[in-house]
Parts: sequence; C-alpha cells; structure tokens
Amino acid sequence: MKEQKAPGPEDKPALEKAPTGIKGLDDVTLGGLPQGRPTLLCGSAGCGKTLIAMTFLVNGAVDYGDAGVFMSFEERSEDLAANVASLGYDIEGLIADKKLVIDHVRIEPSEIEVSGEFDFEPLFVRLAYAIEQVGAKRVVLDTIEALFSGFTDQAILRAELRRLFGWLKDRGVTAVITGERGDGQLTRYAIEEYVSDCVILLDNRVHDQVTTRRLRIVKYRGSSHGTNEYPFLIDARGVSVMPITSAGLQHRISSDIVPTGVADLDAMLGKGGFYRGSSILLSGLAGTGKSTFSAWFANAVCERGERCLYFAFEESPDQIIRNMRSAGIDLEKHVRSGLLMFESARPSLYGLEMHLTRMHRDIAEFQPAAVVVDPISAFRGVQSEIHSTLLRLADICKERGITAFFTSLSLASDHTTEADRGVSSLMDVWISLTDVEASGERNRVMFVLKVRGMSHSNQMREYLLTSDGIKLAAPYIGSEGVLTGAARQAQEARERDAATARSQATERRLRELGRRRASIERQIAELRAGLEAEESETEMLTNQEVGREQVLLADRAAMAAKRGAAE
Amino acid sequence: MSDKHQATFDPAKPGYYNLRLYVAGQTPKSVAAISNLKSICEEHLAGMYTIEVIDLLVKPQLAAGDQILAVPTLVRRLPPPIKRIIGNLSNTERVLVGLDIQSGEPPAS
Repeated sequence: MKEQKAPGPEDKPALEKAPTGIKGLDDVTLGGLPQGRPTLLCGSAGCGKTLIAMTFLVNGAVDYGDAGVFMSFEERSEDLAANVASLGYDIEGLIADKKLVIDHVRIEPSEIEVSGEFDFEPLFVRLAYAIEQVGAKRVVLDTIEALFSGFTDQAILRAELRRLFGWLKDRGVTAVITGERGDGQLTRYAIEEYVSDCVILLDNRVHDQVTTRRLRIVKYRGSSHGTNEYPFLIDARGVSVMPITSAGLQHRISSDIVPTGVADLDAMLGKGGFYRGSSILLSGLAGTGKSTFSAWFANAVCERGERCLYFAFEESPDQIIRNMRSAGIDLEKHVRSGLLMFESARPSLYGLEMHLTRMHRDIAEFQPAAVVVDPISAFRGVQSEIHSTLLRLADICKERGITAFFTSLSLASDHTTEADRGVSSLMDVWISLTDVEASGERNRVMFVLKVRGMSHSNQMREYLLTSDGIKLAAPYIGSEGVLTGAARQAQEARERDAATARSQATERRLRELGRRRASIERQIAELRAGLEAEESETEMLTNQEVGREQVLLADRAAMAAKRGAAE
Repeated sequence: MSDKHQATFDPAKPGYYNLRLYVAGQTPKSVAAISNLKSICEEHLAGMYTIEVIDLLVKPQLAAGDQILAVPTLVRRLPPPIKRIIGNLSNTERVLVGLDIQSGEPPAS
C-alpha cells in the first residue's frame, strides 16, 4: 500500500482481497486474504493449518473460479485428498477439472548427499509449471519449513526462500504459507520475516479436557482487521470461524411485539410483549416453572404460524411434550406441523464451541422466528467462555431478527447469582422467577427486572401454574408486605370479613334511624291529635258562649219588653 | 536437451552406472556440475556409465515427476538403490561416497 503513494485516505484504493470462503474468516479479515501477496498461516501441530489452506484453495476453485496449486512438503497428494474428503471436498474431481494441482515435494534427508553449491530453482520450475497448467491464482505451500529439515545449509535456504516469496509476489498469486509454531517466535525457522503482509496464528488449547481452536490475525498490512482471538471449528461441514460480533452490533431492529404466551405477563410489559428479535433471560430457582414459561412462549410462537427452535439441554423432546401436556400445552401438534423443532443434547456432549456451531447451523437451516434455549446454565466451563458463547449466540439470533428466549437456573435464592450477572448485560429482557417461603409453604413469585426500551410493571407477582396456563394472582401489597399463597388468601378473607362487618353496622344504624323516625312521627301524631281535640273543645265552648250571649240578649230584650209594658 | 554419453558396455552387466544430472539452464553451477561429473566418471567409471543431462527449464514436468528440489541434482538410477547428490559436484570425495564408488580402487578391469 505504501508504495502506491495514495494522495489521501479517502481515495486510497482498497486493498484487493481474495475471499477464503471460510465463514467468519472473511468477516474478521474484512474480505479475505491480501490478493497477490503471501499470507503466513502458523500454528502448532494439529491446529488445522493444512485444512484451512486446502479450504482456501477448494473454495477458491469452487466458489470464486480461482484455480489453485497445493504444494505439499509433508503429505502425499493421495493422503491429502483422503484427509479432506471427510469435509466433502472432491479433490480428485477438482484435479480432473483442471482447477487444482497438488504437487508433493518429497524431502528425504537421508537420501540427500550434498557436494558443492546448489539452488532451489526446480522448486520455482515446479511451481511455475503447476501454476501454468491450471492458470492458478492461489498457491499453498504446506509446510515449506520442511526444507529446513532436509538441508542443513541455512544460508542458501533463506536466500532462496526470500527469492521464492518475492517471486510469488511478482507472479501475483495469492499464496498461503503454513508454518509450524516455534518457541518464542511465530514459526520454528522464523520465516515470518519473509512473509510479512498477513500473518494468521492458529492455536489449539485444551481447557478442562475440552479443546478449543482459536485464530488470531497477528498482522495484516494495508488493511484493518479483527484483532481478537476467534474460536473456530473444523467439523464435517468444513472450517468456520466464529467472529464474536461479525455484524458489529448493527442489527436491524424491529418494533414488532411478540406476545410472551402468558397473557398476564404481557400485561406487565408496557407494550404487551417482547420486541421481536430481543434476547430474553428467564432466571429462576429449581421448580419455578422456567420450562413451562418457555413452552408457553414456544406455543405462542407456533400458534402464530411461525417457526420455533427449542434447544433442550436437560430433557428429551418426548419428556418435554409429556410434561407440558400436564401444563395444558399441546406441543406435539406443533412438532407434527413442522413449526416446532427440538434439538436435545447433553451439555457435556461437546465443548461450548461445538454447541455454538451446532446451534448456529441449526438456526441457519431451520430459519426460526424464535429460539428457546433451556437452560443456558447447563453449560459448564470457564465463565468468560460461557459468556462469549452466549454473547455470540445472542448475536446470531439478533442478526437474524430471531427472538431468543433463554432460561437460566439460579442456584441461590439471591436472584443475582454469578451466572446471571455474567449474561444479564447481554439480555434485553430479564424476568426473574423466585419463590417466597412463608406460612409453611413455598409460593412462586415473578418480577420483571428489566426490559430495554419498554416500561414495565415493577410489581412482584405471585403466579400459579395451572392446567389452563400460567395465571398471575392479583398483587397484595399492603402494610403486611407482599403476601402470597395461603397468607394472601387469609388476608383476603380477613378483609372480606371486615367489609361484611362494616356493611352490617351501617345497616343496623339505618334500621335504628328508621325506628327512631317512626317513634318520633308517632309522638308528633299524638300531639297533633291532642291539639286537635283541644281545638274542637275550644270551638264548642266558643259556640256555647256565643249561644249563651244571644240567649242573654234575647232574654234581656224580652225582660225589657216585659218591663216596658209594665212600666 | 539431453546428451548421452553412451558406453560400449552392456547395460545389463553388473557394475554399470546409469546417471542422470538435472540442471536448470546453463548456469555456471550446471556447467561446473557437468564437467565435474564427466571427469569423475572418466576417472572412476570409465566405460561403465551413461550420463543423461536433463534441463528442467526445457522439461519442467520432470521436476515434479522425478522429485527434484534442488539443482544440480545427480541421480544414480542404476545400480539400485537410487541415490541423489545435490550440488555442483565440486567435492569429489562426497560424490564418490554418494555414488557408492570406492575411491582409489582402480575401475573394474
């Protein structure tokens, strides 16, 4: 890049790259190996150098139309073909189609007698001849360091190697040179000083009896690249590197809501469910119904006609189906309709990397809308590795917009156990299931710890696993705290009694009042009757008085008349 | 470009040497190797040898076919086993050891 003297970074021509076709490796190298330049692939014995180099050629020939030359200094071409046949590479077919040449360079130190000066021109002749035969764009030299064991004159050898790498560059072929890992340096014979454009280091570590292969790009001249150690796998489908964040946290996100499968839980979440593509952690103690929640979630996914992939690490599919039938879920019909797929395996079956690849492959094949992993706590191993495994699994799901539902077994009743803390930051939603021990019983209580991008209930809710589904009991939060189970029912009964007593007292008071009203009204009537009697008496007396007055007047008139007549 | 120095002896006879010298172009090293080989053979194997010089630039396919890695390479094809000596053959002692020829011993009758 430096020689090209680009005027500015913006119009700097991008380094041309030769894609390896190895899943993940092209991501971390941002496109592949430097085209037309040699790349050193070094690592200790058995870490997959030859296989990766061969994959580079086979993919080049099959997918990118680049013919290749494999110059082997160790294995014979028949052995090479047989070794990679297990990966499904048809070496003989490629050779017959003139897309690949394998040249085995036999070095037998015991047969070599040196007398005087020599050089390695035949190596160039052989390479040039092989390249011309198929018009090769890619060359692998595996492992050129074997020359050092056959020839003691290192001065000649090093001069010739320098010439060889220069020659490869001049021919413009993309070369991969493998090298055995040495003490304190990348390769045993320090050939990294000749091959300096791109160096990839492979490593094979055993931890707790589980082997993990790792890959690191030590340098990549003229290009940025992922700098971490990335685990990679070699299995029946070839080599795949697992870049921890191949998408670089740029997932497309969705505002769609996916119901949880539990109506009452939906109500606790501000938008009535999870966002599609979010990662959900359901942590809980033993027997708090984690699998039941998972099954309801899976059921809800399938009921909507979407596919769900269920990774079970503790139960067999049949056992899950049987157990969930008692919880009122018929998972079998979803399995039969092809919407639900179970993948059961003991966590100890393989290492974390193998599990991850298997899941990755299954997800890629089944294309589910949701994934359930029950439980993630079944993974045993170094915490940081579990963490990175889950991180990558969550990323795989996020990348594809898959809603991922993880359950985790908490060990102590403290909900923030080590395992949960480790993964909770990866999760968008965290629901905790726990149980409350009181009044001689254990009651299940759930609460929503966090939901990214959504308001949610802050309540601790008791829930009941019934045959009609998971029901959340109405919360009782009062002076007595959160009451659950029998205590909650007792408290409710007490409250009912108190209410009854209160209403009875009111009725009694009303009746009393009625009685008093009646008696007062009776008194009023009596008084009124007395008054009326008095009034009529008075009237009668008045009338009598008036009558008497008239009689008196009449008498007086009569007496006057009589007196007048006599007078 | 292969020139043969045919011996008058019967090739099937024991003690007959079939030698092949691989070179890549007319470099000083290959010229030296050819002349060194000729003088050694004349001295120690007079009349009992064939030398075939093969230029890999002319027949590149033979480089892979005969497993040639360095030049000059001298291959003793007969008598068996096959032996290889690389270098310009300037060290006569080593050439004789490599070809399994006892030095000092006069050539067989």
